Amino acid sequence: MEIGLTHYLIVSAILFAMGIFAIITRKNAILVLMGLELILNAANLNFIAFARYGGLNVNGEIAALFVIIIAAAESAVALSIILNIYQNYHHVNVDEVETLKD
Amino acid sequence: MSAENILIISIVILLLPLVSFIINIFWGKKLGKLSSYIASTILGIDLILAILIFVNKVFGEYQVSSFIKNGINIITNNEIIQAKINWLNIGNFNLNLGIGIDNLASIMLIVVTLISFLVHIFSMIYMHDDKRFSRFYAYLGIFTFSMLGIVLANNLLNMYIFWELVGLSSYLLIGFWYEKDSAANAGKKAFLVNRVGDTGFFIGILMLFSVFGTLMFDDLFATIGSAETITAIANGSIHLPFGLDYQTYLTIAGILIFCGAIGKSAQFPLHVWLPDAMEGPTPVSALIHAATMVAAGVYMTAKIFPMLTADALNFIAIIGTITAFIAATIAVTQTDFKKVLAYSTVSQLGYMVMGLGIGAFSAGFFHLVTHAWFKAALFLGSGSVIHAMHVAMHNAHDHHTDPQNIFNMGGLRKNMKITYITFLIATIAISGVPLTSGFLSKDSILAGSLAFADLTGGLAWLVPIVGFGVAGLTAFYMFRLTILAFHGKPKTSIAKETKENSFKIVMPLVVLAILSIWIFYSPNPIDANSGWFMDKVKVPTSAVPIEYQRPSMIYEVALNHTLGEQAHSATEFEESMHHFHLPAMILSLLIAGAGITLAFLIYQFKIFNADNIEKQFKPLHTFSLNKWYFDELYDKTAIAFTMFVAKIMSYFDDKVIDGIVNGFAYVTRGVSKITGIFDNVVVDGAVNLVANVTGGLGAITRKLQTGKVQAYVALAFVGIIALIFIFI
Amino acid sequence: MPQFYGFPILSWITFLPILGMIILAFIPSGKDEISKESTKKYYRWLTVGITFIQLILALIIFFNFNYSLGGINDPNSFQFVEKFTWIHANFPLVGSLNIEYFLGVDGISAPMILLTAIVCFVASFTSFGIQKSVKGYFAMYLLLNTGMMGCFVALDFFLFYVFWELMLLPMYFLIGIWGGPRKEYAAIKFFIYTFVGSVFMLLVMIGLYFSYQIPDPSNPGSFMHTFNLIAMLDPANLVPGSIFAELGSNIRFIAFVVLFIGFAIKVPMVPLHTWLPDAHVEAPTAISVILAGVLLKMGTYGMIRIALPIFPEAFASSQWWIAFLGMFAIVYGALCALGQFRVGKRDLKKMIAYSSVSHMGYVVLGLSSMTPQGITGAIFQMFNHGTITAMLFMIVGVIYDRSHTRGLDDFGGLANKMPIYTGITTVAFFAALGLPGLSGFVSEAMVFLGAFSTYPVLTAISTLGLILGASYMLWALQKLFFGKLPEKWQGPWDPTHTKYKTDDVSGIELAGLIPLAVIVVFLGIFPTTVTDLMVNSVNHFVDFMKPFVYIGGI
Repeated sequence: MEIGLTHYLIVSAILFAMGIFAIITRKNAILVLMGLELILNAANLNFIAFARYGGLNVNGEIAALFVIIIAAAESAVALSIILNIYQNYHHVNVDEVETLKD
Repeated sequence: MSAENILIISIVILLLPLVSFIINIFWGKKLGKLSSYIASTILGIDLILAILIFVNKVFGEYQVSSFIKNGINIITNNEIIQAKINWLNIGNFNLNLGIGIDNLASIMLIVVTLISFLVHIFSMIYMHDDKRFSRFYAYLGIFTFSMLGIVLANNLLNMYIFWELVGLSSYLLIGFWYEKDSAANAGKKAFLVNRVGDTGFFIGILMLFSVFGTLMFDDLFATIGSAETITAIANGSIHLPFGLDYQTYLTIAGILIFCGAIGKSAQFPLHVWLPDAMEGPTPVSALIHAATMVAAGVYMTAKIFPMLTADALNFIAIIGTITAFIAATIAVTQTDFKKVLAYSTVSQLGYMVMGLGIGAFSAGFFHLVTHAWFKAALFLGSGSVIHAMHVAMHNAHDHHTDPQNIFNMGGLRKNMKITYITFLIATIAISGVPLTSGFLSKDSILAGSLAFADLTGGLAWLVPIVGFGVAGLTAFYMFRLTILAFHGKPKTSIAKETKENSFKIVMPLVVLAILSIWIFYSPNPIDANSGWFMDKVKVPTSAVPIEYQRPSMIYEVALNHTLGEQAHSATEFEESMHHFHLPAMILSLLIAGAGITLAFLIYQFKIFNADNIEKQFKPLHTFSLNKWYFDELYDKTAIAFTMFVAKIMSYFDDKVIDGIVNGFAYVTRGVSKITGIFDNVVVDGAVNLVANVTGGLGAITRKLQTGKVQAYVALAFVGIIALIFIFI
Repeated sequence: MPQFYGFPILSWITFLPILGMIILAFIPSGKDEISKESTKKYYRWLTVGITFIQLILALIIFFNFNYSLGGINDPNSFQFVEKFTWIHANFPLVGSLNIEYFLGVDGISAPMILLTAIVCFVASFTSFGIQKSVKGYFAMYLLLNTGMMGCFVALDFFLFYVFWELMLLPMYFLIGIWGGPRKEYAAIKFFIYTFVGSVFMLLVMIGLYFSYQIPDPSNPGSFMHTFNLIAMLDPANLVPGSIFAELGSNIRFIAFVVLFIGFAIKVPMVPLHTWLPDAHVEAPTAISVILAGVLLKMGTYGMIRIALPIFPEAFASSQWWIAFLGMFAIVYGALCALGQFRVGKRDLKKMIAYSSVSHMGYVVLGLSSMTPQGITGAIFQMFNHGTITAMLFMIVGVIYDRSHTRGLDDFGGLANKMPIYTGITTVAFFAALGLPGLSGFVSEAMVFLGAFSTYPVLTAISTLGLILGASYMLWALQKLFFGKLPEKWQGPWDPTHTKYKTDDVSGIELAGLIPLAVIVVFLGIFPTTVTDLMVNSVNHFVDFMKPFVYIGGI
């Protein structure tokens, strides 16, 4: 069976669904961050897959590169936020970090 | 002596007792017993000056003159020497003060100063152990001052001022032992009862002043009957108050002023204060309730005599007669030594007032003077007895016996010889036995009453009937008192132990008893008319228009012709009085003798049993013993009514008027509460509704805002899905 | 320039207390207890000093007073006059506002100034007992003083009104803060009552302002509206067509009644009197003294100065009724005072408060008689009532401070415990019941003599007051001093002898009482000392009123 666009998209969708699932259900902020990474990677995969197969005429590779760089920066920032949260709360349970509400 | 000097000395006489008051009230405590000597010395000087005035005025001749010196208007004539000084002046409104010395005043000066002096001496012993000794002398001082002020007044204003001051000083003296409620009450009662009379007096003054614009006796009398006044009233340029006609106006004014005398001289119906006033120390009773203060009313009536109309005189005569009768009937049954004397005083005052009312002016005033001596002697005698009883009780350590009850006495004549003799002389005098002063004056009044009845006829005969009846009663109860207290055997051990008092108590008794002998007033022991007194004290010419005068008292021109040159020598009344002199004398002798005999039969020889008589006349006896229930009557009517009204007014003020005010406050508060509710519910409600709706919506939407990142993500996810579904 | 040697004596006498208040405000109240106590002393003696200077100024006025000048409606015969334009502003819509700073004295206000100075001086001694926030108390006291003095010297209606209101506020606080158990009730009642009066006055004042005009000095030939009280007495100054222009009109009558009620509340006349017993009972002693001694006189002073002469024809048509109210107050007040012995707690202070109602009735009766002697008697009665009632309230204060009760049933037999106090009380009580030789008699007699010729029947009924007055006064005297001393007062008032060294009245209290007693006795014998001040003014006043009113007698 030839590996086609559909397969990539299915993998990407699975990755995305797993990411969403992780973001929504996990209580640990690190795991949520990991879920976020999964989603980003799902997006990257889509970009690359479309760049390779699709006639969309986009330079998906460039976008993927950007995403990877931004994801690295983002995870650095996010991790430092999480560290700060940990320092304030002595846990990283996102359920209990509700200060955003106010 | 010149008129000016007489005036100056009178002022000194007036002010000296005030000096005594000031010394004793401010420095009395430091002076201690010395205060009594100072006060007595001052009164002694006063007495000497008074005698000086008396001799010079009564037996001197004075030229008519009138001049103004240092703003003081000095007016002299043979009747009166007087000075007037302006006190208050507002536009055409002038209030003048002044003093005047006529024969009445100069005689009264002696009466007041002598009795006051004797009372000062007497009190040195009687009040010796009192803790407020000097205060007592201070009060005596201000009393004497006030009384002299009345005596020297030549106008109604002065008289009213000192009249009230006498009220004050009697209040202080009667209530001197204020720790006792009865004494404090008696003082208050005296002042208030007097105030009632004084208010009448004051309205009388207002009536006179509003029409005549002056209160000077001479100006007043000159204006009342003058042709100008009568014309002015006739043509309406003088407006009489209350829309009265002139005769009624004069009568009412006279009666109102006489109201003052009703209070002060304890006449019916205001006599109730005097017996209670016996709560005061006995020297006080002698001074104010025998000789001076109560005499003030009679003196004042004598002073205003010229302005009294026939009706007013009749009124006065009626009041006097009623008083004499009521008081005499009460005196018969009293058991308290001083109460008997008190009612006897009221009765005798009734006599004097009656005398003035019937027109026997000189006789009435004469009785005032003679009565002053023997009643002071009686009171001081009672003081002597009470003091002796006190001393005996003190020695026997007895604190229960009533030292004033005559049934605790008896047989005192052996122990207290001088007191007994002086008391007996005074009793004889008051009973109207010949050779005494009392006989002279009483006989004149009785002759006057017969003359009055004869000339008036009809019911007027009641006056002499009561007069003679009272004379008999007086003789009876006075001898009852003497016999019960001094004769027989001592009824208690205390009475047995009594001893005669020392010189300072006895001396005044002797002086007063001596003055009760006829010789000082008239050489003839059975006819006062031959003496100086009746010569110097003449009935004054009436000032009221002739048609308002009592016809029998008008000087008959026709009569004058028959008497030759002596114009105005006698009125019909005087003639008649002269005519009735002998019958009156015989009648009064018989009646007084009967009274004395009866007293001896019942109380000395016990031929009739007093208890049996008492039982036979039980209702009458109770009625008399309870003083005709006057106090109860007044308590139940006038006082109860006033207090009831006062209470109602108080409640009214508290509940109704203040209630209305508070009601306003409540209503205002109520209204504001309602508007408050409206404001809260409706106006504010609308505003709040908007806010609440907004708030509710917010509350619903805010639930989305959980603050949880994941929830946002989930929402965003759902949202994207939704958008996809919508747009694709 | 002021008349008195260029020295504005009336301004000084009026505003001196305010000056004192400012000085007082700068005295620090101290940190610890000891310094607090000593500053209290400064406050007290500062007030005494200020009121004493004020008294001296009043005496200077008294001794320099020209008896021959009448005042009343003649601007040239007022004395110690100070007159400046205070506010002169033009408003486009309502016209110009002209208010003058116009002070002056005539025979009617002169006795009142003397009275105010005397009462304020003696009452400052009575204030020594105040312990709670002393600084505030004396500040209010001095402010009140300015208000009262100002009322008696002001000759501009607006200025008068300002002072009238100025007096109201400190009084409210003095009762409301330093008063007795029901002080809030009493203070609010007092305030609302008098404020209603003020509002009435304000209404009429504005109406009067637009009804009168005088030549404008700055702009010859033109006229300006005025608050000048003297100008208002001249009907020639009326603006034609204005609301009060027509003499005898209904609107003038209504205005008179409204203004009269405004003053009657202050007097107080029955039935507007019920604030008085409450205010008196709750107020601290010194304030009762001032209330009775001075404040009540403002009502009757306002009548003489303002209500009667501005609306003479309206007064004339209600003259009998006013006399009737005077008579009614005399009898009713006396009965209520007597009624204190039958109902309630037998409160001595309340009894004296009602006696004030009765005694102020004499003033109204005398005024309504419109005879010279009646009016002189009325003004003299104002003066005498001021001194006598001041004494009476001080007397109540003395006994209340020691026993903390005013119930007459609680006392008896004090005569032996407090002889000097008894003596002074006797003088005061007998003065109040009108004993000759004391000042109360003279004024009452003059009122009666004056009123009798105009209204004989009413006056005859009023003499009931003499009997009733004697009844309650003697009753109280007996309850206090005679009989037996109750068990609870057997010991000394103050066992430690810190507050009261002896059982009798203390030196500071005597400092208040003795001067008044001396005045009462002195004026009883030499009444002309004060009556001479007013003779000319009163005659002027009567001449002025004569064309309108009913005067009986010769």
